Amino acid sequence: MDTSSSPAPDLRAAHDAHISPNSRLGLALFAVYLALYLGFMGIAAFKYELFASTPFGGVNLAILYGMALIVAALVLALIYMMLCKPER
Amino acid sequence: MHHPTSLLAIAIFSFFVGAVLFLSFYLGSKAKSAKGYYAAHGQVGWFVNGIAFAGDYLSAASFLGICGMIAFYGYDGFLYSIGYLAGWVVALFVIAEPIKRLGKFTFADALDAQFHSRGIKITAAISTLVVSIFYLIPQMVGAGALIQPLLGLRHEWGVIIVGVAVIIIVVTAGMVSTTWVQFIKGSLLVFFCTILVIMILSRGLHTSPPSKPQVVIKVDGKNQINGQPIDEKNNLTPVGHVLELPGGKTETGPLGPVEYLRTLQNSKIETYKKEVKGDVTTYTPVAQKGADLLTPGGYFKDIKAGTWKGKLNFLSLMLALFCGTAALPHILIRYYTVKDAASARKSTVVGIAAIGFFYVLTLFLGLGAMTSGNLDPTDSNMSAPLLAKSFNPILFAIISAIAFTTVLGTVSGLIMAASGAVAHDIMGSFMKMEMDDHAKVRAGKIASVVVGIIAIGLGMAFKAFNVTFLVGWAFNIAASANLPALVMLLFWRGTTRQGITASITVGLLSSLAWIMLSGDAYLNLYGKPAADAPMPFNQPGIVTIPLGFLVLIVVSVMTHSTGRRRGHDVVAVAAR
Repeated sequence: MDTSSSPAPDLRAAHDAHISPNSRLGLALFAVYLALYLGFMGIAAFKYELFASTPFGGVNLAILYGMALIVAALVLALIYMMLCKPER
Repeated sequence: MHHPTSLLAIAIFSFFVGAVLFLSFYLGSKAKSAKGYYAAHGQVGWFVNGIAFAGDYLSAASFLGICGMIAFYGYDGFLYSIGYLAGWVVALFVIAEPIKRLGKFTFADALDAQFHSRGIKITAAISTLVVSIFYLIPQMVGAGALIQPLLGLRHEWGVIIVGVAVIIIVVTAGMVSTTWVQFIKGSLLVFFCTILVIMILSRGLHTSPPSKPQVVIKVDGKNQINGQPIDEKNNLTPVGHVLELPGGKTETGPLGPVEYLRTLQNSKIETYKKEVKGDVTTYTPVAQKGADLLTPGGYFKDIKAGTWKGKLNFLSLMLALFCGTAALPHILIRYYTVKDAASARKSTVVGIAAIGFFYVLTLFLGLGAMTSGNLDPTDSNMSAPLLAKSFNPILFAIISAIAFTTVLGTVSGLIMAASGAVAHDIMGSFMKMEMDDHAKVRAGKIASVVVGIIAIGLGMAFKAFNVTFLVGWAFNIAASANLPALVMLLFWRGTTRQGITASITVGLLSSLAWIMLSGDAYLNLYGKPAADAPMPFNQPGIVTIPLGFLVLIVVSVMTHSTGRRRGHDVVAVAAR
C-alpha cells in the first residue's frame, strides 16, 4: 500500500523557500539556549569545582547558572512570541 | 515511619477529589464526539491550555520527587528541575507549531501525516503506550506515598483510589475534563507552593542539636524499632536540621530568597545516610557543609568521583531530560486541543512561565524540607507534604490534597494518550476497524479502563522507587524512540517511512533493553548487585538518542527509492 511518489511541484517550491522566518527564528533561539545548556552540562561534568565559586551576591555559580537557565527559557520564549510573524 | 491520621486532611482531600469528579461529570455532556473526546474539540483557549500544560507536566515527580531529592541530597534534585524545564525549549522552538499543523488526535497522526503507513502507526502507538506506562508508574507510586500519612491507608489503597478516580475522569469526558482538571491542578499547585515558599522564608533558619542514629529491624516482614512495631507512640524521630548557622547564631529570623540561599551555603546541615545490612536498616546522621549540599554531587556522586562512566551517566540523563519533553505523547496531544499553530505557540509560552516559576520554587521547597526538622528518613517522596505539616496541619492537608490532584491531572493525561494510541492508532488506523464517531469514543473509554488497571498493578509493584528517578527512565525512552523521528520528519526531506519505523523501533527497544540491564534495575528490580549489570552506566540516552537518528538516516538512505513521501510535504508544512 505504501507506493512511492514524489512530492507535488508546488510543495517542492514551498520547500525550496525552505525554512520560514518563524522556523528560522525558532532554530536560532534554540541554538542560543542549547549553547547555554551545554555550558552548564560541561561545567557539571568536567569542571564541577567551578560551581562552588560565588561570583554574585554570595550565591554559588551552580544556583545562579541553574536559575539563569530557567529564566533564559522564559525570556527566549517571550522573544520568540513577540517576533513571530502571523501565519499565512 | 508512622503518620497519624488527620480528620481535617481527610475532609479537605475528600472535597478536592469530589470537586474534580463533579467537574468531570458536569463536562461529560460536552464530549460526545471523537474530536470532543480526544481533543476537546480543538477549542481550548491558549491561556487555559498553557496552564493545563503545567498541570499535565508538573507531575508527582516534579512536586514530590524533586522536593524529596533536594531535601535528601541537596542540589542534585534541582538538576532535574533545570532539565525538565529546558526540554520545553525544544518543544516550543522545534516541535509545537508543526505538530499542531500535522496532527489530529495523536502523536502517530503527525508522524504519519504524509506516509499513510501502517508500520509508522503501529510503532508510534506502541511507543506511546510504553512511554505512557513508564510515566504512569511513578505517578501511581506517588499516590501510594501520599495516601498513608493523609488517610492512614496502605500504599496500595492510594494507588487504587487514584486509578479509579482517573478512570472516572477520563471515561466521563475525555480530554475536556482532563484539560480542566489539569488547569485547576496547575493553578492550585503553583499558588500554594508560592505560599509555602513565602512561609519558609518568613520562618528563616534555626539550629538544633545533633541527632542520634535510628535503627529499623524487619521482623516477619514488618518494621520494628526498639523491639516493638512502629506505631504512633513507638515511632521514628523526624529528621532534617541546621546544626550551625554563620556567625554562631542560633536563629536568623525572616530571610529574603538570596539571603536564605547564602545563609544555608555557609551553614552546617544534618542529613542522613541509609545503610541496609540484611533485615537491619540504620539511618545515621551526617553533618554536611551547606556549600557541599548546594553544588552537584550529592546524588550523582560519580560527578565528583571523576570516572568517565559517572560523567557519561550524568550527561546522558541531562540529555534525556532536554530531549524527552518534546517527545512525550501526553504532552504532544495537548497541542491538538487548541485551534491553531499560533495558539499552540502562545500556550507553550504560558506553560514555560508557569512551569519555570514552579521549578524555581522547588529549590526553596526542597531546602525548606531539608531544614524543617520534619523529614521522614524512610521516604523521600513525603518531604513536601511533611514540610507543610511543619507549619500547620491545615496547610499539610491542602498540600497533600493538591499533590493527590497533581497525580490525578497527570495520570488523566497519560491515560488519554495511551487510550488514543490503542483506539485511534491501533484499532482505527492499523487494524482498519470500521468505527463511527460513537464507536471511536467507546473504544477510547474501554482502552482507558484497561490502561488504568495496568497502572494500578504497576503502582503497587514499584512502590520502593523514588518517583523522580522513575520518570528519568520515561524521558530516556521517549527521547530515544520518538524525538529522532519527529525532528527528522520535520527537517529532513530524505526521511522515509521505513526510516521512521526503524528509528522508533530501535530507539524504543535499545533504551528499554539498556534500562532493564542497567545497574539500577539489577539492584532495585532484580535484587542483584549493580556491579553484575552488563551496561556500563544507568542512563541510556547518550547512546540511544544518537542511535535513533543514525538508524533513521541509514534506513532512509537505503530505502530512498521506495519510501518517499506522498501527499503534502511535511518539511514545507513545518517550515511555515
